[in-house]
Amino acid sequence: MSDKTTKKPKAKKKLSPKRKEQSRREFLRSTVLTVGVVGVSLLGVLPVVQGTSIRLRPPGAIKTPFDEQEFFASCIKCGQCVQVCPVNAIKLADLEDGFGIGVPFIDARAQACDFSCDGLQCVLACPTGALTHHLDYPADTRMGFARLARPRACLAVQGKGFKGQARGPDYEGLLRYDEVDRWNPIQVADYPYDLELCDLCVRQCPIEIRITQCAEKAKQAEASGDSGKVARVAEQHGNECPPKHAIALEPFELPNGEMRMKPVIKEGCVGCGVCEMICPVESAAIVIDLDKTADTPGG
Amino acid sequence: MRYIRDSLSQIFGNKPRRPSKEQQPPELLEIYQGKKGNLSKADVEAVRHEHHTGCCNKWQRRRWITLILVNVLFVVSYYFDVQLLEGALTASRFVGFHMADLNSALQVALAYKHIVLNLVIGTVTVFIMWLLLGGRTFCSWVCPYHLLAEWAEYLHLWLVKKKLIKNHTFNRKVRGVFYVIFALLALISGYTVFETISPTGILSRALIYGPGVALIWVGALLLFEVFYSRRAWCRYVCPIGVTYGVVGVLSPLRVKYNAEACHHEGDCRKICMVPHVLDLTVRGAAFDVNQDVGADCTRCGMCVDVCPTGSLVYEFKGLSKLL
Repeated sequence: MSDKTTKKPKAKKKLSPKRKEQSRREFLRSTVLTVGVVGVSLLGVLPVVQGTSIRLRPPGAIKTPFDEQEFFASCIKCGQCVQVCPVNAIKLADLEDGFGIGVPFIDARAQACDFSCDGLQCVLACPTGALTHHLDYPADTRMGFARLARPRACLAVQGKGFKGQARGPDYEGLLRYDEVDRWNPIQVADYPYDLELCDLCVRQCPIEIRITQCAEKAKQAEASGDSGKVARVAEQHGNECPPKHAIALEPFELPNGEMRMKPVIKEGCVGCGVCEMICPVESAAIVIDLDKTADTPGG
Repeated sequence: MRYIRDSLSQIFGNKPRRPSKEQQPPELLEIYQGKKGNLSKADVEAVRHEHHTGCCNKWQRRRWITLILVNVLFVVSYYFDVQLLEGALTASRFVGFHMADLNSALQVALAYKHIVLNLVIGTVTVFIMWLLLGGRTFCSWVCPYHLLAEWAEYLHLWLVKKKLIKNHTFNRKVRGVFYVIFALLALISGYTVFETISPTGILSRALIYGPGVALIWVGALLLFEVFYSRRAWCRYVCPIGVTYGVVGVLSPLRVKYNAEACHHEGDCRKICMVPHVLDLTVRGAAFDVNQDVGADCTRCGMCVDVCPTGSLVYEFKGLSKLL
């Protein structure tokens, strides 16, 4: 014990500069680590500032068209919205989206939201309210606005019909066709069309389909001659049924005086992207904008 | 009280406190005194050898199985649509009940500054769960990055043993600094900045929704740990560990140390990811004959497995009296 105590202070003195150097280096390393890791995490600001992270979001996403800060902040990046979507429209963003990593988006051309879940399942699944719960019907959403971006490519404008699979045999996208299966969406490739004049964007618009359904329901109620039923149907659906028109084919005159039809976007458009998805020309003649532009009525 | 104070102090990077002789009870001093000269190196080695030839990774095996099962359950729930555990580690629904990772929920709350009821429910549920199960138990029994880092650690230790590389340590206080920085960044910027680089979230999402570019970051972290600094992310950076560590301070599930049979040979400290919590196993460093390991402990059970004298055991406070 005694020789140990005599040795100890000596050793300590000798080590002291070395220890000092060690702790100095450790401190430097720790500083570099802090700066490095925080620096890397802050690289996430770049895509946000450049606006490259802006995409079509699921229904109810809290955002203004070009400011997604609240949406990014409130989203907990769990992907529960991805899991409940019956048509797998929702994908999660990757690292190149910076702060938007793990945040859901929709690539409408690949697979649009066709509201075939009826109940806005993604909104219900969201645990943080990033997809706001202040939303009851598909028609309440406002994901974006459709716009006829390439009118010359549009088959209707050209006066052409369409026959065959809307997006070719290899396209894997899904849509719900009520007359085929009310509950399960099927592949668009399994549902060939034969149209004299192409009206796919109007025909498949979920809002327009809903309007037809509402009209049928009202008609049935009317036909039953039961005024109570008519009132019930009206009450049940409130303002949602029927929703406002979203898109229609309307005639216009070519310079040579010939009459043609073209899709016109109405104020009921929710920007779900089905028209962009189903448009048979490559690239789509109709696209979804995140903001209203001069091409859309009222914009 | 001392346990809470010391645990928190260790979580935020302070060195473990050592007792003075006056603070130690006479029984403990007697135990230390009794070991002096009675334990030859050969004896210690013999006990060690005997222990290691038997089984000795019971808890590791259980832990790996649990960790893999939890993460597979997420994947299976999605792929086969069985709806058992929907979502990812950041937030999920277990047979319909909301669950939210405490750190992710905290980041969202700081950035968004509103909390919806579902998130409150999920956070409270998870808080109670980890309060009962030990807090940082999340790290070693659930976090997918922990498992990869554990394998990287074996590689690192092998390389160090072969003298091919050297381990570089950081000041442990830096984790507390990170915790404050990321909290402030979320609060001020309004973005969940930490989420961009959290390997736990990235890995969990990659497992469930498919791989992405973000895995490069996870790979870089692993390489850093293999070649430069042992377990760097978990030890010096991850705020998730701090959040769960603080929860664990109040947890009844702990690892208990008994000084009586301990050989103080330090096998436990060598394998431990957070060796400062095992400082009490150094001869003369314990405050009492029986003492609980601090809350920065991830309850991984490696020390329980490796201890040749059974001096470290799991304990659920209050339950041992009932049984």
